[in-house]
Amino acid sequence: MTKVSFDVNGDTHQLELDTRTTLLDALREHLHLTGTKKGCDHGQCGACTVIVDGRRINSCLTLAVMHEGDEITTIEGLGAPDHLHPMQAAFVKHDGYQCGYCTPGQICSAVAVLDEVRSGIPSHVTADLTAPVRLTNAELRERMSGNICRCGAYSNIADAIGEVAGRSA
Amino acid sequence: MRAFSYTRAQSPAEAASAAAHTDNAKFIAGGTNLLDLMKLEIETPAHLIDVNGLALDRIEETPDGGLRIGALVRNTDLAANERVRRDYAVLSRALLAGASGQLRNKATTAGNLLQRTRCPYFYDTNLPCNKRKPGSGCAAIGGASRQHAVVGVSEACIATHPSDMAVAMRALDATVETVRPDGAARTIPIAELHRLPGDSPEIETTLQPGELITAVTLPKPVGGTQAYRKVRDRASYAFALVSVAAIVQPDGTGRVALGGVAHKPWRVEAAEAELPRGAKAVTARLFADAKPTQDNAFKLPLAERTLAAVLREARG
Amino acid sequence: MRFEHPATFNPIDQLKVVGHPTSRIEGPLKTTGTAPYAYERHDVVPNQAYGYIVGAAIGKGRINAIDLAAAKDAPGVLAIVTADNAGKLGKGERNAAPLLGGPEIAHYHQAVALVVAETFEQARAAAQLLRIDYSKADGKFDLAAGVDGAIAPKPSFGGPADTAVGTFASAFAAAPVQLDARYTTPDQGHAMMEPHASIAAWDGDKLTVWTSNQMIAWGAGDLAQTLGIPKDKVRLISPYIGGGFGGKLFLRADVLLAALGARAAKRPVKVALQRPLMFNNTTHRPATIQRIRIGADRDGTITAIGHESWSGNVKDGEAETAVSQTRLLYAGANRMTAMRLAALDLPEGNAMRAPGEASGMMALEIAIDELAEKLGMDPVALRIKNDTQVDPEHPERRFSQRQFVQCLNEGAARFGWSQRNPKPGQVRDGRWLVGMGVAAAFRNNLVTKSGARVRLDQQGVVTVETDMTDIGTGSYTIIAQTAAEMMGVPLEKVVVRLGDSDFPVSCGSGGQWGGNNSTAGVYAACVKLREAIAQKLGFNSDEAEFADGLVRAGNRSVPLAQAAGQDGLVAEDAIEYGDLAKTWQQSTFGAHFVEVGVDADTAEIRVRRMLAVCAAGRILNPKAARSQVIGAMTMGVGAALMEDLVVDKRHGLFINHDLASYEVPVHADIPHQDMVFLDETDPVSSPMKAKGVAELGICGVAAAVANAVHNATGIRVRDYPITLDKLIGQLPEVG
Repeated sequence: MTKVSFDVNGDTHQLELDTRTTLLDALREHLHLTGTKKGCDHGQCGACTVIVDGRRINSCLTLAVMHEGDEITTIEGLGAPDHLHPMQAAFVKHDGYQCGYCTPGQICSAVAVLDEVRSGIPSHVTADLTAPVRLTNAELRERMSGNICRCGAYSNIADAIGEVAGRSA
Repeated sequence: MRAFSYTRAQSPAEAASAAAHTDNAKFIAGGTNLLDLMKLEIETPAHLIDVNGLALDRIEETPDGGLRIGALVRNTDLAANERVRRDYAVLSRALLAGASGQLRNKATTAGNLLQRTRCPYFYDTNLPCNKRKPGSGCAAIGGASRQHAVVGVSEACIATHPSDMAVAMRALDATVETVRPDGAARTIPIAELHRLPGDSPEIETTLQPGELITAVTLPKPVGGTQAYRKVRDRASYAFALVSVAAIVQPDGTGRVALGGVAHKPWRVEAAEAELPRGAKAVTARLFADAKPTQDNAFKLPLAERTLAAVLREARG
Repeated sequence: MRFEHPATFNPIDQLKVVGHPTSRIEGPLKTTGTAPYAYERHDVVPNQAYGYIVGAAIGKGRINAIDLAAAKDAPGVLAIVTADNAGKLGKGERNAAPLLGGPEIAHYHQAVALVVAETFEQARAAAQLLRIDYSKADGKFDLAAGVDGAIAPKPSFGGPADTAVGTFASAFAAAPVQLDARYTTPDQGHAMMEPHASIAAWDGDKLTVWTSNQMIAWGAGDLAQTLGIPKDKVRLISPYIGGGFGGKLFLRADVLLAALGARAAKRPVKVALQRPLMFNNTTHRPATIQRIRIGADRDGTITAIGHESWSGNVKDGEAETAVSQTRLLYAGANRMTAMRLAALDLPEGNAMRAPGEASGMMALEIAIDELAEKLGMDPVALRIKNDTQVDPEHPERRFSQRQFVQCLNEGAARFGWSQRNPKPGQVRDGRWLVGMGVAAAFRNNLVTKSGARVRLDQQGVVTVETDMTDIGTGSYTIIAQTAAEMMGVPLEKVVVRLGDSDFPVSCGSGGQWGGNNSTAGVYAACVKLREAIAQKLGFNSDEAEFADGLVRAGNRSVPLAQAAGQDGLVAEDAIEYGDLAKTWQQSTFGAHFVEVGVDADTAEIRVRRMLAVCAAGRILNPKAARSQVIGAMTMGVGAALMEDLVVDKRHGLFINHDLASYEVPVHADIPHQDMVFLDETDPVSSPMKAKGVAELGICGVAAAVANAVHNATGIRVRDYPITLDKLIGQLPEVG
């Protein structure tokens, strides 16, 4: 067992954990923040995406004890049913989900993607590596490709993110 | 996942020493491959040394105008680095072609080099695999081998190295800097870092037990048109069937390294002399000793055609 | 309520709420991560322990011995369940292979043990410590090799093994234009995002399981049967399901082992299938080999059509009914279909989104494209030429609605089909060879009994309870819309509670029957509630109108809340169907149009545009229904271009058993998708006049992609998935 302390959605948590506990299981099983989903537990689906120190990561492929002092934002930290984050509201409006299981990961990823574009991080489909990055539809779809939606809501998710990006641009 | 003890390293030398002197210890940085494998008990360390605090996360210019990339620089940051985008575009492109945004945010430069094969037989602990369990046999030979290596293979293993980044670094003649358990530093040309499987596919690199990669250096920019073309069934978030890293100079000379075809980034310097004669001539040399399976023989024409496309584009 | 005659005007036809593109009512929960899925129910019962499943390491054979000693001694271990200590187990009616294997092993990764421990980490580690001694037996893992010994399956859900009309053989032989081709489809995985998961808790002899299941009554019944306990001692609760696609239709190992684990550990136990186990442990869409023969006159009239399909399965498993659509889709005087089933020792094959038609259309709709090519005819025109308004095997049965031709015409116009160059390999856009393809969409509409209970309380809130499930289909929302329409209240005044075996038995979610039947069941219950309200108020129930939160008759009007009174009112009923399905053939139709680019150098295939036009009865919620169709189109792209559970025929397993190696489409694979519903109401289907759409959407997509690849390159690939290695040798040389 090892002690670790980190911030989740603005609250500091001190935990004593089996070193084997992933950040994902720490959130779901210890803090009961079950909005973050376990789809594959192997970094192959993106359902577990959370934002750590401003960057989106797969919480299934990182140990909780490696996050001493980190600031973690989960889906619960973005908004709640009675006060939705704009990205959450856009997903509802555009029906950017079906079964809902990949949805928190999609939304966390989408929020982080807009930040990545703002910070000028290029992607596989960025035509000119030395020019400023623009959020085209192709950019958005490439950047979101680490979040699998088996229900196939991709087209609607793209519409939802596009709307939020347009509003914030 | 077996139980393990966990410590945070204080310095590279101390980390290397601890790794060499602790039974069954491993470094952990990004963890994106190691934890994946630990969950399946393909990797079973008894002790993890967390190297994330080692301040090896800087990208600095070297005195000769090259770049020194800290071992812990995340793939995202390396791909987004302005110098890399401008002067080593093939590296930026290769990184961005790999994995997903989430994984690139965690995965490190050293960890990317040291990631292990995605051969499905390596990943299924019920089946024979010489890499996972030396002497048990290779289930991929005679099995499903569409993804597997076509060149540099052995009777013991036909796995590929899955990295995109390493292919670009091979084309760039990168050098790996390490610190050994005795505290001594050494440098290894990237060509010599990864091994072919031979009869010991479980030994994948020339690193010594406990040796820690601290940085990767790139020589001063070589210019030219740089491209990384990754071919896969799925448009993103998939490993390469074949990839081509190419640096093509205005005079038609250049460098070519292939991914997805061998146990290491595949570059044959002698083949590059054929570049002015075109892709067919180059791949004929690159694949002189190819031994594809029925499942993956398509990789030979695919690599040739992909290289042809890259060269055509590079030459405008 | 018995539905015996085609529906006439009823309160649903007001369309004040039904038919509107309402956002999902559970959307705020799903988008904030507060919708509770099975494994997350920390709230329902304290002291939950963790179970971890061990899968069989061989494809066929038996267990000689299991040494539990090391695992038992491992930290935190509370119990280990194996076939040796589980007690006598039965088998669910709908399970083929036993869910807990041993000593006989029926297939790879069949569950052979559950390790229960205090924590997930402990259970997972201890599971690796079981020492299992197996004797491997030779198994049959190769469908192609099993074709010769394949037998005619028993008549089932998908119809008889053989059908024949007229004289196929002679008509085909005499046809001036003939097509005779063989197609293959691979095994495919559901790969839903939420793994099968359950929490089981015993209270004396009563068992409650919070799980992820599409068909609550089937699951509860089969769990009771497997455990050998009365069905009324079992309660299944499944309000949110992270995708199913047929993979969660049945009782699976997570449920059974959680129950057995909880009994052994004497405390609640939670179990999720680990992703790398799912593909071999659970069911999959079985591979098929199909032969299609079509004979036609030179004007395109089909004179003979024959479709044969071979698939394999474990003992007690059924055939993939890939010929179903060929019995109904096109005219033709002389016809035959045949299904044959080979005995295989691979994991159990079973339903995946549009079982039968999805695989069958993958082949049939390439065959039609090939026939069009032979005829020198436009493939849209060929399909229109062979339309039929009656069941071709039983011409006395008309289709209740069949707007197939309209779908094709509307789609062709919207997609710009006239721009397609019929000569393949002619269109170039930079590095891309560009082609267009079309395919029919077809899927039957199934009617089945469905019940619901409706309450009205003194706040005027209408609460619907049914064991119907929402697997992403929009059940919550369309059920709420139905109740709101029937009771004359706004959507906000309706509460929908689903997925609990304590609620009335519904049709459940499967076979694209959920939307129409479950809402029809709610309709029936609401009719009864309206009668109860009218009766209580002394209104003539035929005259009572329900609108604006009031019930009115003549010049009297009473708020619903007041009508409910302190005790509220409750009504329960089910929709049950008469013989209309015998008189009328009920099916859903559509047309898929796809544009692809094929990289001229690498043969990589990328979809550039997609359009589906569907006619599927009344669309209860156009927003959710459209999502169902575009989601199905996405899965169809996967089937066309990448999905393939690769069989290792030596070891007897699907070797690519994770989400990295079993590729399904990602965002970057899917372009903008257009989707149009034609106006339609089908009074024969139910009082809702609706039909299913969720499976229609996948039927034909893969063939449309295949036909577009042919149009782009001139290369005809008949073996799915269409991957670049199947094209690269036939593409023109590049320099």
